Formats: sequence, structure tokens, C-alpha cells
Amino acid sequence: MSQTASSITGQDGIAVETRSLNLWYGDFQALFDIDLKVRQGIITSLIGPSGCGKSTFLRSINRINERLGYVRITGGIHLLGHDIYAEGVNLSQLRKQVGMVFQRPNPLPISIRDNVLFAVEIHDEGGKKAGRANKEEIVEAALRRVLLWDSVKDRLNTKATTLSLEEQQKLCIARLLPVKPSILLMDEPCSALDPKGTEAVEEMIWELRGDYTILIVTHNMAQARRASEECIFMLMGKVVEHTATADMFVNPKDRRTADYIEGRYG
Amino acid sequence: MFGPAEYNIRNERTERLWRILFLVMTILLIIPVLVILATLIVKGGPALSWEFLFDDPKDGMTKGGIFPALVGTIWLVTVALLVSVPLGVAAALYLSEYAPDNLFTRAINLAIINLAGVPSIVHALFGVGAFVIFFGFGTSILSASLTLAIMTLPVVIVATKESLQAVPYAFREACWSMGATRWQTIRRVVLPNAVSGILTGIILEVSRTTGETAPIMFTGAAFFLPFLPEGIFDQTMALSLHLFVVSTQVPNVPEHLPYGVALVLIAMVLIMNSASIALRIYLRSLKKW
Repeated sequence: MSQTASSITGQDGIAVETRSLNLWYGDFQALFDIDLKVRQGIITSLIGPSGCGKSTFLRSINRINERLGYVRITGGIHLLGHDIYAEGVNLSQLRKQVGMVFQRPNPLPISIRDNVLFAVEIHDEGGKKAGRANKEEIVEAALRRVLLWDSVKDRLNTKATTLSLEEQQKLCIARLLPVKPSILLMDEPCSALDPKGTEAVEEMIWELRGDYTILIVTHNMAQARRASEECIFMLMGKVVEHTATADMFVNPKDRRTADYIEGRYG
Repeated sequence: MFGPAEYNIRNERTERLWRILFLVMTILLIIPVLVILATLIVKGGPALSWEFLFDDPKDGMTKGGIFPALVGTIWLVTVALLVSVPLGVAAALYLSEYAPDNLFTRAINLAIINLAGVPSIVHALFGVGAFVIFFGFGTSILSASLTLAIMTLPVVIVATKESLQAVPYAFREACWSMGATRWQTIRRVVLPNAVSGILTGIILEVSRTTGETAPIMFTGAAFFLPFLPEGIFDQTMALSLHLFVVSTQVPNVPEHLPYGVALVLIAMVLIMNSASIALRIYLRSLKKW
């Protein structure tokens, strides 16, 4: 996948498609026959009780799961029409296309500017191609996109780890944008934030809709309802229901979905 | 109403007892160090002078200074460092950042721990067999330094590995998820944040290397040499061996001389340890997460 984000379109506007995806951690099977089509350019939320496989699913889309030597996968995942488990897939290129935001904000212990430029530099050895002025533009554009520019523009050289958690998480999203990913994976991006921070980050994620395909794992029903267009409910490693968010919350088709949404377990 | 019950009084008595016991133990521990230092300063202090530091030993080592031994120790330690630091840091990087957690890796880790437990005289004999005879380096600075390097490698590896692993996993995950390779992650994030711990380990190694006697006495350190070494294939005098020699092997040595040598040796070690602590405090103050 060496094309730029804008030039790739998956078949029928599908960004992520899985075909009977099974995943094991050693002997433990975490995902069972996942068949999903995630539409391009919208926000899809993944909900379900702890341990249902949401994060595992998310982490197999950028293949970061494989770090753990004991993970085994059958079935396939296609991103924008390409099999990401095919031979010859370069992990670095894959992860350039698929950005990830973690539960705990994890900015690198370097300056705010260097955090935003990190991906640019590792994908363009030393950032030689991007000139100095160009780099300043990249930093400003990315930080503006996540609504962080105004509050940090005067301290771009301070360490990112000194920011508030809300700002750190925004920065973690901003640093993905300069390499023009097409898919953003977010693993409970607001769970470490206070309500105000959650609202601010959610609002910002909503602003990204359209330009990126966003898959967001959340424990927070209200968040899934407010901040996503489609919703996937998972239970015990299986997909129970995948519909428009509005439908799922108003009119769940499966009894288990209804129980979960109403808080009968979780 | 809130006065002590009888069991409270009992508890407090026990509490005091333990507290005193631990305090006494700690003091007992410090006493030998203080006594050694005080003896060295009182008895060796008068021996110290510029001539003592920068003159050759004279009159069958009963007079004069320790300059060749001082220079020799610096040679030995420097060459040993040049070998053990790159080797040890590389091994630690592999074990911490690349190696999968399997039987092979665990075996290597176990071997390293065991290597740290090998007595230094055994290292010395290994050094004679391997470097002096097999590789044909003869008794030389090279053989002695290689022996010292082998002996201190476990310290470097363990210290480096621990400081690498103290860098939060979340940073590595962040890097990988952006498509960084292992090496890019190490160079840009892991190493810069582990460097203070690695340096501390290295300096500890230096101070240990400085004092070792057994590994060098068969491999490269000489009883007495009237000239300074000119390269790594020369023999050399060394402070630690010199101390052994003037204390036990040479007749009619004035009492202050061995104490003076010991004082210089221990001062070198203390200075290096303090430098290591200062460096660590400084580097820690730079990082925040």
C-alpha cells in the first residue's frame, strides 16, 4: 500500500473487512468467526463487556498483537481491499495507514513538536525530504486538526509528558495525522480522562469523521451513542449485532444486546 | 476514651525493640567502612605527596612513588571498558528488545547470572588459558583487560538490561504502532531514556575493575617494571597488585607506603562512585514522565 490515503478507496466504500477471523492467545480462543464490514469514512464504535474481544479485534487490524509470540490467527482481514496478512505486507507501511490511539495517553517523552513529527521522521529517514518550514506547517496543521494548536503553540518545545491528560490524548491523535492514515483505531481513548476531557476529545474525534475511518472501542454506552454512526456489539469473542447506532440503541434486534445496553451485565 | 489499652502498650514496646535492633544493625554495617577509611587516612595520609603520585618506585620499592602502577591501572581499566561496554550493551539490547521469551533466552540469562558468580581467581585462570596461551597475547595489558572485561560483563549486561526495561512499555507500543522498527524505537526513545542507568552500571564496573587483583596477576600485571607501558601488548604495573606486593612480598617497606597505595586506590573508587551518583541525579532530573 504505497498509494496516498486519498487515492485509495476500498470496494463499495468498505474500509475494513474481516472474513471468518479467529484468533487464539495460546490455547485460549479470543475471537470466533468474525465477519465484519466497516464502512469507510464513518465512526464505528465497538461495545461489549470486558474481555469480549473488542481490543483484541482492534489490535489485529494493525497487527500489533503479533508482538506476543503466542498469537495465532485464521481467516483474513482486508483493509481497503488488500489482505493485510498476505505475504509481502510491510508492517511499517500497514501501520502508516492504520493509526492507533491507546487507552492511556502515551505521548513520547520528547517535545510536543517532535511527537507530531515522529511518524513523519521514521517514515522519511530523518525527515530529510520535509524541509524546516514544511515541518512547521505539518505541526501546525496536525495540532489545529485536534483543536490543540491554540493552547500549545507557544510551548512546542516543552516535553509532551507535561501536558494534561486531555491534551496528551489529543496530541496522540495529532501525531498520527501527518503521515495521512486512512484508518484510526481508538482503544477506549477517553477512559483515562475526566468528564470534561472526555467531552472535548469526543467532540474532536467527531470532527475527524469523513476524512478518516474511525473504529473506537468504548465501555461508555453514552459515548457510543453520541459519538458513533455505526455500532458493533461483541460478546464472548463473537459479533452479536452490527447496525446503525441509532437503531441499536432504540431497537436492538438481539436480546443480549438489549440486556447489555440496559446495563444488565457488563 | 482514646487512652492506650494494655495491648497497645505491649505493641509499642515491641515496636521500639525492633526499631532499635534495625538501627544497631545499620550502624554495625557502617562501622567497618568508617574504620577502614579512618585508618587509611591516618596511616596513609602522610605518604601522599606529588612525588608519591608521580614518581617511580625506588630502592626495591621501599621508597619513591606509584606512578607506573597508577598509569597501568588506567590502561587496564580503559581497555577493559572498551571491550566490555560495547559487548555488554549490545547483549543487553538484544536480550531486552529483540529476544523472544523462550528457552534459549532464559538459558542465556541464567548463564549471565552464573558468570557473575564465578570467583575472580577462576576468571584469572581462564584468562591465562584463553588469552595468554591460546590466543597468544602473552602476559600483556590486552590479556589482563580482556580477563577483566569478561569478569565485569555480567554487571554491564544486567545494569543495562534493567535500565532498558525501566523505560515504560507504552512508549515502545506507541512507536511500533506508528510503524517504527525496533531499531528506530531503540535509538529514538528507549536508549535516550535508559542512558542514565547504563552509565551508572558502567561506572560501577569501572570501580570494580580498578580494585581487582587476581584476574590481572597472571595475565598482564607485573611485580615491578622500571618503565611505562607503550601499548596493549606490554606488561604493566597496577595499583591493586602493587598494594599486594608492597604489603606482603617486599622486605623493609616503611609502614605508611602500603597505606598510601591503598588510600589512592580507594580514593579512585570513591571518586568514580560519587561521579556516578552525581551523573545519575543529573540525568534523572532531565527526564519526566
